Amino acid sequence: MESIGVLMMCPMNSYLENELEKRFNLLRFWTSPEKSVLLETHRNSIRAVVGNAFVGADAQLINDLPKLEIVSSFSVGLDKIDLGVCKDKGIHVTNTPDVLTEDVADLAIGLILALLRRLCECDRYVRSGKWKQGDFKLTTKFSGKSVGIIGLGRIGTAIAKRAEAFSCPINYYSRTVKPDVAYKYYPTVVDLAKNSDILVVACPLSDETRHIVNRQVMDALGPKGVLINIGRGPHVDEQELVKALTEGRLGGAALDVFEKEPHVPEELFGLENVVLLPHVGSGTVETRNAMADLVVGNLEAHFSGKSLLTPVV
Amino acid sequence: MTTSYITQVLPRVLIVKRPAAMRVLGDSFVASTKFEIVKAFESPLPLPEFLADQSHPVSAIIAPVHVPVTADLIRLLPNLRLVVTTSTGVDHVDLVECRRRDISVANAGSSYSEDVADTAVGLLIDVFRRISAANRFVKQRLWPLKGDYPLGSKLGRKRIGIVGLGSIGSMVATRLEAFGCQISYSSRNRKPSVPYHYYTDVQEMAANSDALIICCELTDKTLHLINRDVFAALGKQGVIVNVARGAIVDEDELVRCLREGEIGGAGLDVFEDEPNVPKELFELDNVVLSPHCAYTSLEGLEQLGNVFGLEY
Repeated sequence: MESIGVLMMCPMNSYLENELEKRFNLLRFWTSPEKSVLLETHRNSIRAVVGNAFVGADAQLINDLPKLEIVSSFSVGLDKIDLGVCKDKGIHVTNTPDVLTEDVADLAIGLILALLRRLCECDRYVRSGKWKQGDFKLTTKFSGKSVGIIGLGRIGTAIAKRAEAFSCPINYYSRTVKPDVAYKYYPTVVDLAKNSDILVVACPLSDETRHIVNRQVMDALGPKGVLINIGRGPHVDEQELVKALTEGRLGGAALDVFEKEPHVPEELFGLENVVLLPHVGSGTVETRNAMADLVVGNLEAHFSGKSLLTPVV
Repeated sequence: MTTSYITQVLPRVLIVKRPAAMRVLGDSFVASTKFEIVKAFESPLPLPEFLADQSHPVSAIIAPVHVPVTADLIRLLPNLRLVVTTSTGVDHVDLVECRRRDISVANAGSSYSEDVADTAVGLLIDVFRRISAANRFVKQRLWPLKGDYPLGSKLGRKRIGIVGLGSIGSMVATRLEAFGCQISYSSRNRKPSVPYHYYTDVQEMAANSDALIICCELTDKTLHLINRDVFAALGKQGVIVNVARGAIVDEDELVRCLREGEIGGAGLDVFEDEPNVPKELFELDNVVLSPHCAYTSLEGLEQLGNVFGLEY
């Protein structure tokens, strides 16, 4: 298999790189100063692309690689892959579901606690020596607060299960009602926001869900409500979010994702009711290794004519 | 027509220093038709003179943690029948003297338990997933410069040892079960009705745990319970979360272990000499610090005010 060209789109994990290098001819897209030259030179040997949440395989790239057979994403999200073009050309697509569900759900709850109980600000308070001058102010309780989840898939369900352990009533919005679920369904995101203290974005990014959290939703959530985004940056109208926070119309936000990572709106840096993370939802050693094994496993299965482990297309 | 009034003398409740809850919620925090509050902190007189000046003796005292109820203080209050603390801990009350004088002691009960349990879980996730450190990284504008943040550690399937399975410890356990953690505990007595593995020895529990969460009372038996041997047993990847009392942990030893990489990280809401925190901890990214506010949410304090009304 050493002659099979696998194009990796950006640095994502050194364990993954090593494992791919052992089995294939690994080409690192980011190390080439002239990317068009790289594609031209290897266009007949590249049979696989490995992308992630930041860089995937758009229509242009797919069209530049006539021998492309499979796109294996080091992520569960597929918004950076042109699925339509892949389907048309019979190119397989795989992702990394399930192995990262728990980590992302854990982080969502960690963000809620960090935001409501001001854990990051408390830490800052102690490190700055301010505790010697007086106690930190009161914060907001998490247990018992209502949690509204946008998207009740694997990750949304895992978040709900954790929040239930804090006695939180769970509400959700989904394209359709889930029949065997004991949580309260709201037919619109605005209704969900109106009836929840904490709104969590946990759905896939698509044309329908872009800016699903817009000004109307933020106003419905209100000055006592908080937004948690562990989905994709474009789920939230970021400009409106900045305005809502700086104008005090929204109580707070904890964000792991942004519209133009790694860039984060400047205005958010000084706000104590905002927690910002550099897209670390699945960022644990254990999970990234499991994700890497899935990517490698899918590629090996494909090139040995076996069934794909986690196919999407 | 004259009307005669029967004036009832309400029991007097002494508050020496204003508790945090009162600063926030005002007098309504302990307003009651059943007793009258006597605020020593509003008087310029030293306490003995202030008390001598009172028309009626004090029969109860509300004692926040920063006003130790010592034998000396109790001696100033010959009519004292009840001490009510604003904390769950009663380690700042001379229980021996109270018993001798037949004075009842009541604490805040489980008013705070949920908030403390929530904070314990929040600190644990923060340490494993580096939330505060990564938030600093982003807010310092380092993400575009330095690229990806170092990976954290998965919480799922981690073995968590809870030291003290009272109201707070139990709530920590039920929360962490939902994250797929394996719970064990150490306590004065085994609790037959709980499904978790019981250890009589904290050191043995540490040897079989990825993290320890301290939720027990401070007593002479638990002073420096978490010591060098426990840290060694917990190991280089191990994490400590303390939401109980600073003195349960040998703080000097903890600082040394953290600086030398002998344990993996710590989430600390309490310290041996509050508000002083060892400066060496400020250099560490695997430590999350909190100024003893695990219990202070607005909702928790309102609940406490209700408890006071009931206790009297």
